[in-house]
Amino acid sequence: MKIVIENVGKTFTSAKKEQVTALEDINFSIDEKEFVVLVGPSGCGKSTLLNIVGGLLSPSSGSVYFEGMMDKEPNLAIVFQEIALFPWRTVYQNVIYGLEEKKVSKQELKEKADFYIDMVGLTEFKDAYPKQLSGGMKQRVGIGRALAVEPDLLLMDEPFSALDAQTRTLMQEELLTIWNRTQLSTLYVTHNIQEAVYLADRVIVLSRHPGQIKSIIDIDLPKMGRGEEQYRDKFERYADEIWQLIRNDAVEALKE
Amino acid sequence: MTVHKQIITNRVAFLEKKVPLYASALGLIGLLVLWEIICSTKIVSPLFLPAPSAIVVTGWDMLISGEITRNLGPSLYRIGLGYTIGSVVGILVGLILGFSKWADAIGTPVVYAIYPIPKIALLPLFVLWLGIGELSKVTIIALGVFFPVVINTFSGVKSVDQILIKAAVTFGSNHFNVIRKVILPGALPMIFAGLKLAAGTSLLLLVAAEMIAAQNGIGSMVLHYGNLMITTKLMVGVLVLSLLGLTFNRLLQWLENKLLPWR
Ligand SMILES: Nc1ncnc2c1ncn2[C@@H]1O[C@H](COP(=O)(O)OP(=O)(O)OP(=O)(O)O)[C@@H](O)[C@H]1O
Ligand SMILES: [Mg+2]
Repeated sequence: MKIVIENVGKTFTSAKKEQVTALEDINFSIDEKEFVVLVGPSGCGKSTLLNIVGGLLSPSSGSVYFEGMMDKEPNLAIVFQEIALFPWRTVYQNVIYGLEEKKVSKQELKEKADFYIDMVGLTEFKDAYPKQLSGGMKQRVGIGRALAVEPDLLLMDEPFSALDAQTRTLMQEELLTIWNRTQLSTLYVTHNIQEAVYLADRVIVLSRHPGQIKSIIDIDLPKMGRGEEQYRDKFERYADEIWQLIRNDAVEALKE
Repeated sequence: MTVHKQIITNRVAFLEKKVPLYASALGLIGLLVLWEIICSTKIVSPLFLPAPSAIVVTGWDMLISGEITRNLGPSLYRIGLGYTIGSVVGILVGLILGFSKWADAIGTPVVYAIYPIPKIALLPLFVLWLGIGELSKVTIIALGVFFPVVINTFSGVKSVDQILIKAAVTFGSNHFNVIRKVILPGALPMIFAGLKLAAGTSLLLLVAAEMIAAQNGIGSMVLHYGNLMITTKLMVGVLVLSLLGLTFNRLLQWLENKLLPWR
């Protein structure tokens, strides 16, 4: 199974009735169990692309499809930048949301919920409402809710950007640990280059105006322990390579 | 040399100041005492302003004789039925108007065209259509409740965060479940604001309708004793209405706390 993004383009009509090309000629695919990270400067169309893949926005041209899925609706889950928990549902009830819609048995529902709540380390807060949680905990619920449906493709739009630097680092480690257990095909959006190199099997670098693929970089590092001393040089070389690709665009973005 | 300390105190403490429970009774009791004193000095004739003590005594007698229950029963029936129908239909229509762009385009102008009409002006028309019986009174109350509930539900639906709807859809919810599991709970705080507003309206319409077109009910009882200039009994009716309103409000408050524990 793989997910193919084929010739995807998107134009918006701006408030001044001008056509804005947000994305143009986007072609790539996500293999089974692959972690693909989209990076690019602000406004290059990362969220737009993720929303198209997630079925929340129609592309102006091209299409997104699953290949090699036998007679089964593809199952998607999104972890939103805005977190988007249902404030009237407890942690437990938020995590089971997707499962409820899948009509799984009561027994299975409870087992899965407990399993994934434990995985994101929130067993103690099962019955808490979102407003009683810290930012990092909320985002963990969001991740738990997405994992619980065991999606064919997991989409994450800058899930940690609202968190402080320390929590963010811890959450990245935790995400990797979780990912190693679940091995879900993942499309992850960030503008943080370190984060991209830390998490990705493949990094897709987008440019701005119009948003196009500038380069696709395979990260040839072991999945776990990339932060260790022995990989520092290689890590830094990847990060620098990406930064050089983005640099000009990022400077341009600042001037707007 | 002594060190001069300038302690920083919480300057917004007034925002979280706790008030003892008895404070809410204070104003009411003060008012009653003042009223009683004015009456006992005989400045005003008891015909115009009977003393609270006299009202309570008369009220007790009327309770024993069954006069209050005889009138309260039909009133409760009318307001209960009218309010329930008006708010259920109002919530449903509000959800639909808020969810469907087509329904919004077609229905909203209709709602706003009828909304400003003082509903009591329609009573003669309803009596003509539905007869002098219970139906016309229940209808007018339902109609009066319907509008504030529709309008609040509608804005409640509009205020639900789009991202939550997107989240629900990505996790596989169909339209019906989006409405039931996301839009309805998201709009609930606003719906309750509408229900409370409508409680006042329904009481107003109940009394007005009973004064115009009823043989029994608290409204007709008040009018009856007004015509006979038996002020004490009239005031008993007013007291019952005030208690009815208070209970109504408390009931809604209780329900709100029950249904919105996440707020
Ligand atoms: N609904 C819209 N209407 C008009 N233009 C839009 C709309 N959504 C996005 N755009 C434009 O499309 C471009 C890409 O936006 P997008 O949100 O995808 O960027 P991004 O890469 O996610 O940026 P950031 O890193 O700041 O989140 C921007 O130029 C933006 O102004
Ligand atoms: Mg974005």
